[in-house]
Amino acid sequence: MLLLDIFGIQNNALLALVALLTGVALVALALWLAGLISPRSFNPQKGEAYECGIPTRGGSMTRFSVGYYLFAILFLMFDVETVFLFPWGVRVRELGGDGLISIAVFFGILVLGLVYAWRKGALEWK
Amino acid sequence: MFDFSIITEWLNNLLNSFLPGWLTTTIECVLIGVGLLLVYALLALFYIYYERKLCAAFQCRLGPDRVGPWGLLQSFADMFKMLIKELISLNHVDKFLFALAPYLVIIASMLAFAVLPWGNGLQIIDFNIGIFFLIAVSSIGVLGILLAGWSSNNKFTLIGALRSGAQMVSYELSVGLSVLTMVVFAGSMSIGDIVQAQDHLWFLFSGHIPAIIAFIIYLIAGTAETNRGPFDLPEAESELTAGYHTEYSGIHFGFFYLAEYLNLFIVSGTAALLFLGGWMPFHIPGWESFNHIMDYIPGVIWFIGKAIALSFVIIWFKWTYPRLRIDQLLSLEWKYLLPINLFNLVLMVLIVVYGIHL
Repeated sequence: MLLLDIFGIQNNALLALVALLTGVALVALALWLAGLISPRSFNPQKGEAYECGIPTRGGSMTRFSVGYYLFAILFLMFDVETVFLFPWGVRVRELGGDGLISIAVFFGILVLGLVYAWRKGALEWK
Repeated sequence: MFDFSIITEWLNNLLNSFLPGWLTTTIECVLIGVGLLLVYALLALFYIYYERKLCAAFQCRLGPDRVGPWGLLQSFADMFKMLIKELISLNHVDKFLFALAPYLVIIASMLAFAVLPWGNGLQIIDFNIGIFFLIAVSSIGVLGILLAGWSSNNKFTLIGALRSGAQMVSYELSVGLSVLTMVVFAGSMSIGDIVQAQDHLWFLFSGHIPAIIAFIIYLIAGTAETNRGPFDLPEAESELTAGYHTEYSGIHFGFFYLAEYLNLFIVSGTAALLFLGGWMPFHIPGWESFNHIMDYIPGVIWFIGKAIALSFVIIWFKWTYPRLRIDQLLSLEWKYLLPINLFNLVLMVLIVVYGIHL
């Protein structure tokens, strides 16, 4: 694709690396600048958790609702499905009817999975 | 239409004429980085101003109007205020993860930002799997938010981060599937190809009914992805003080703020490139003279205009719908959007394979 030719650099991975480093540079520069000009004061009360004014009771990195975990698992299932569907999606036209049948089996199993999760009540927030 | 690669090629040849190859590449990489940084920061500042003005208009207020003409310098003032605020060092956080989280959030939005096509030849990264790359890198942001919430060691941030994680991963499915629907229609994952394919008619109009459904779903899911509008319960200020970034102060908080606004632009920019033709002008088949007039407007203006118009819609959502509860939010995604999206994908595939016209 001729469209890309930013400065004639053809290597996209290099450009992605440049973008990544730009992100790092933005955070690092701004932090450095803030470190230079922002005031500093020391007060033991400041280091406390911003919760409710009285000292925090109990740890905060504790157990949490299992519901989040359930949705994470469901997400994993469907996201991997989407990833598998992408390469097929590009070639749909060429593959035609045969490709449709083979993907229908894969797709059907995943829809069955969704129906199963739905019937089991996994989609209800408790 | 004006092709931006003319300028870049000229600069490239000029540098190559008196410098060794590796030095040219390095200089060009630095130039790209600086340009990216400037556009990123300026756009974020513009978006902060835009959102505040719009919110004010929706509430019959004036919004910022004291700093500079029409308050235009307000967001610069905000930025300086954030820079001169103290970075409070907390004694209960996980120091490494706490510092790492803003990096991840900013990197995710910067990488996604670099993929967007601004005009003819004005696109930094054009992988042949561009749109897939965009979805992949924008999901790194979830990681940053989860890390921020967990490492802050605070109950509010933990709940905020978990809500945000559940919400963002759930709605990522809808984003992925509606993008997949358009990939099936375009037959390519390269952003350049997708935009070129909309030369005559945008996908929203040429993609039959499935494209319209995918567009609506994409807008809803994109709003949820950016933690905005009716889906802002990760940072519901009345329940969780500020959600996952409660413990961040000064510019550390500013990074999350910056990334949030940039993500708004990225979501609307992606919608613009998938459904509204990216930098392609508005064409109506058969109206030759009309199409010629439209060609005179540069691609950059088309792209930014479309993105800003879509952002307007997303901000509009915020002031129209009340905030959802977490169970409503998850059932909206899993019980409505996901089945509709799967059905929509099948519809699109049938249209593409058998050439049915709806």
